[in-house]
Amino acid sequence: MTTATEAPERVGPPSKAARPHPIRDLLIKRSLIGVLTLVAVSILVFAATQTLPGNAASAVLLNTATPQRLHALEVQLGLNRPAVDQYWTWLTGVLHGNFGKSLANGQPVGTLIGGRILNSLALVVLAGVIGTLIGVGLGVLAAARRDSVFDHVLSVTSLAVTALPEFVVAVVLIIFFAAVVVHWFPAVSVFVPGTAPWSNPKELVLPVATLVIVIVPYVFRMMRASMIDALESDYVQMARLKGVPKWRVLLFHALPNAIAPTIQVIGLSFLYLAGGVVVVEYMFNYPGLGQALVSAVSDRDIPQIQAIVLVLAAFYIAVNILTDVIALAVSPRRRLPRS
Amino acid sequence: MARRPEPIVVLGRAVRTPRGTVGLVIAGLVILVAVIGPAVAPYSTTEFVTAPFARASSAAWLGGDVLGRDVLTRTLNGGWELLAMAAVATALGVVVGALLGVAAAYYGGWWDSVIMRAVDVILAFPQLVFALLLVSILGPKIWLIVLAVAISHAPQVARVARAAALDITERDFVKAMQILGIPGRRIIRRDVLPNLTSVLMVEIGLRLTYSMLVIAGLSFLGFGLQPPAASWGLMINENRVGLIANPWGVLMPAILIALFTIGVNTFTDSVARASLGVGGRATESDVELALVAREVT
Amino acid sequence: MAAPSENIPVTAPAEDTPLAKRPAEDGTPRLAVENLRIVMPASRRRPEADVVDQVSFTVQPGHVLGLVGESGSGKTTVALALLGLVKRGLATGGGKVLVDGRDILALSEHELQKLRGRTVAYVPQDPGSALNPVLKVGTQLREVFAIHGGDADRLTQVMAEAGLEDPGPILASYPHQLSGGQQQRVALAMAFACRPRLIVLDEPTTGLDVTTQRRVLDTVRGLCRTYQVAAVYISHDLAVVAEIADHVAVLYSGRLIEIGAASELFSHPAHPYTRGLMRAVPSMESSHELLGMAGSPPRPGNRPAGCAFRPRCEFAIAECELREPQPVVVSDTGHAANCVRALEVTALSGSALLARDRTVPPAAEPVLTISGVSVSYTNKPVLRDVNLDVGAKKSVAIVGTSGSGKTTLARCVVGLHKDWTGTITFAGTQLPPGVRGRTQDQLRKIQFVAQNPYSSLNPRQTIGQIIGNPLTHFSKLTARERDKRIGDALTSVALRESFAARYPDELSGGERQRVALARALVVDPELLVCDEITSALDVSVQAAIVELLLRLQAERGLSLLFITHNLPLVRSIADDVTVISAGQICEHGPVTQVLTAPKEAYTRHLIADVPGFEHAG
Repeated sequence: MTTATEAPERVGPPSKAARPHPIRDLLIKRSLIGVLTLVAVSILVFAATQTLPGNAASAVLLNTATPQRLHALEVQLGLNRPAVDQYWTWLTGVLHGNFGKSLANGQPVGTLIGGRILNSLALVVLAGVIGTLIGVGLGVLAAARRDSVFDHVLSVTSLAVTALPEFVVAVVLIIFFAAVVVHWFPAVSVFVPGTAPWSNPKELVLPVATLVIVIVPYVFRMMRASMIDALESDYVQMARLKGVPKWRVLLFHALPNAIAPTIQVIGLSFLYLAGGVVVVEYMFNYPGLGQALVSAVSDRDIPQIQAIVLVLAAFYIAVNILTDVIALAVSPRRRLPRS
Repeated sequence: MARRPEPIVVLGRAVRTPRGTVGLVIAGLVILVAVIGPAVAPYSTTEFVTAPFARASSAAWLGGDVLGRDVLTRTLNGGWELLAMAAVATALGVVVGALLGVAAAYYGGWWDSVIMRAVDVILAFPQLVFALLLVSILGPKIWLIVLAVAISHAPQVARVARAAALDITERDFVKAMQILGIPGRRIIRRDVLPNLTSVLMVEIGLRLTYSMLVIAGLSFLGFGLQPPAASWGLMINENRVGLIANPWGVLMPAILIALFTIGVNTFTDSVARASLGVGGRATESDVELALVAREVT
Repeated sequence: MAAPSENIPVTAPAEDTPLAKRPAEDGTPRLAVENLRIVMPASRRRPEADVVDQVSFTVQPGHVLGLVGESGSGKTTVALALLGLVKRGLATGGGKVLVDGRDILALSEHELQKLRGRTVAYVPQDPGSALNPVLKVGTQLREVFAIHGGDADRLTQVMAEAGLEDPGPILASYPHQLSGGQQQRVALAMAFACRPRLIVLDEPTTGLDVTTQRRVLDTVRGLCRTYQVAAVYISHDLAVVAEIADHVAVLYSGRLIEIGAASELFSHPAHPYTRGLMRAVPSMESSHELLGMAGSPPRPGNRPAGCAFRPRCEFAIAECELREPQPVVVSDTGHAANCVRALEVTALSGSALLARDRTVPPAAEPVLTISGVSVSYTNKPVLRDVNLDVGAKKSVAIVGTSGSGKTTLARCVVGLHKDWTGTITFAGTQLPPGVRGRTQDQLRKIQFVAQNPYSSLNPRQTIGQIIGNPLTHFSKLTARERDKRIGDALTSVALRESFAARYPDELSGGERQRVALARALVVDPELLVCDEITSALDVSVQAAIVELLLRLQAERGLSLLFITHNLPLVRSIADDVTVISAGQICEHGPVTQVLTAPKEAYTRHLIADVPGFEHAG
């Protein structure tokens, strides 16, 4: 019986010289797209504010507006120039860190929101990290003890909690921990002005707790589902048939595979927090970007609105890019093509 | 004898599961309260019946709100507008999103890129912030809020619809129709869309939950219905000052919002699981994965 | 005992090496399965149903037992039970699995974990999904040593034994970067690494092309002989089992219905089912009629009274319904079958199979001419200057391995793929590249049947609607006329007219392919393009579909373009055959000529690698 001679099968990863850099490439590509998206967003935001009936001048003068005063102020604020000109001035200003002046109190927008960015970031990062750790841990445990009482209780609870709006969760927390049942934490944040968020820990607890409660169910459910999926896979069965002990299968075979879809959800949770922070800050009177946005919208303070939205969009885009990069890093299949 | 249409079958199956029943009943109760409420409320929403933040009494079963109006009455009246707005915003968002997503999947190429880039730009905003932006420009008008929420749903629905449609257009039975030279529109309507009903039903459920959350949230922040209107979100905000004195002004509307969203979410979950067996070969974990991934936006 | 195959670079151990324990024919078997029973436990909706029952067999060291069965026979369940693994939703219901006298089923989880991979090893069906996608191959291989002890230095040796010569790059790769053949060798290396006593191979060559399959089989055989490992080789492919197994056991509906030495079992099957299988398998030697078996195996919990095969059996008598048949020994080598008429059945075998009467139609204008067709996907050429003719009323088979371009060619002909250069002429006129430009007539006369019966039918439509779709598209008919045509189409593919009201998920794989055929034929095409239409089906179902196709072809004067990787099938079904490799036509000609006297080296090797029954035992 003859056997066919054939060319030796080409094997394994390409030589070092030809090796592609998928992560670097992705970073570059997404950053470029991100910048473009940001520009598109800025145009959208600017264009949207241009359609305001009346304009910034009339918003400032309010009832005292006479046609002459209006016109004078318009010229002063540069509102009579063509829209494209105005946009360009604004954009170049932004790139130099100058976001214009608030219409509400005349302060430079940059100083107004500078400190608040840090405060909101503290909330988001704390809540995001704590929520992720809890969610991942619970998810792995629930998947490992699938269909146990522990699992069922967690699953049903998370289904319910997931649907709760932040203000409801905040209200419940306030009732329990701040106002009615016990008085451990303040219901309203009183920051010492000019200090960093971490020097006011008590003020942080309830807002962070609210946000954590809101995102843990998402991360938990995703982690549990993808762990279960991994545990039912062929490769986990193969590992068991190789004699790999249970804990090793869970941590070294299943988890690395289950983490990839969960990274997406974790990223989405951070994004969700960017919006959720608005309501929570308002509820607790926490001096962050969200609270500033709400007041700015009430006051129709265009420059401030523009600046905050831009910052939020930038954060959004940055988180998206980071998520995609990390997701790529943990999936060799997408990262390295077949040779 | 033709089988009953798939959506009916799936819904029927979902209702028979414990989760489905519970979800439907809870959500249904809230809808009932919101719709029938105004007719059975003891007072009018602007009538002053007791002292501000007075405790529950025989005159006012849930006590008084910030101005001394009847909390019970205002709660009964405060839901239908919210629900209506949420329903319309959801319907609009899902229809537009689904059409865009399916078109992008089926026609591919240039269409696909354009639609998906537009989707990415809109998705660069948190939903709430997007709505706030529009509200800041044009004022807290009802139609504007509904439109803003619908626009913020459409991209996510488009993504989901596109992914599901792509999966279907890859399958051989669609190719079998293409070989015959049947035009694309007809194939989409007859072969692709009917296979998407389960996916879309689940999307509707998820989006409805979100619409409710965003609209109630806006109303809480003061950008929905304006005082002295009775709206659950607004009530939570205006009554939280007196939380210690009379918590019902805050608790009651909060509970109702929460029950609605929990009910809808639970029912949607049961629908997703019920659609497992119909024409698909997905495992339970596939469905769970897909469901959770889509919920987080 | 044959020496290890030549291309395995190991030295055979000396006769007196302790490792080379001579298998004593009457000694303790390495593996002894006694009355294995695995069940679906009772639930609210139904009582306990057995998936596998009364399965008993033994395997000596160094021997290979082939476990044969079609889908639903329970073979994978038995395979996993040999490692003490029972799938979710199933439970052991009795019996023993004794490896070196130790009952696997009685071990604790901890003891099982020590045993798996070291004493009993497993080679999976799909190495692509059985290897962890996020761990490097090296990590996964070394893990076996890490858990069971043993020398990691032996790694290179183990890999070489499995046929992986240059281990470095492979160890550094992720599984998806390797070819299917390499992945399977890695799986083999993992399995043999700790020199197990028993190895269970679960259809390890499914999905590999014939040449790679040949090499893997050689490697397995060599390793088993060298290290005196007992092996259980599970497969639905009888020819492959014939190549590698010493003994064969046949599973049907969870029962072991026949067992015996390979050569004897295949040449003189003693059970009607085995006999039926053998008559359904196409062979390279001759073009004979393939006989399918009507019906399908009973599902767990749905077994008929008495013999499970009785409803489909041509030998059935009254006694068969009364009780489950016990093993009947038909020869002194231990060949036995669970059939009351086993001795009669054995005697019958050797009766010649019906030679196929293929009248070669007179040479006429080819109905399809492909000339100079080339396709490339972004710089990679997929088809290069392909020339091919399909004579009127003839069947032309296109044979190639996966990646050879045969499916792309089919899609070009049918219009699903439109980026090709060259010309395709159909019935005298040139075909526009895509579906868009073609006339109604052209579209109607060329029809297509795809490989996967599970995705080619719209799950939301009834069978009647599915078959009716092309009908309503191409012709204006009244509802009554249309229903009549649909009914006729169903009858022509041997399905009852009542099927029109059913939905695809109620049908089996074979039934769905019949529907796909009916849909293609209902508009009276002239050319039918079939892309691996039986690859996903069991061999008996395949036989039935193929015979149906040939009958329809003869009745309607159809021309067939039949794409497959299965050479014996080509012998049965085609007039002409084209061998395609890496996008180029390698050889072309009448089937008898190409398969018996091939001109090209590639074709010769392809034919040589095809497993056959002449090597059994």
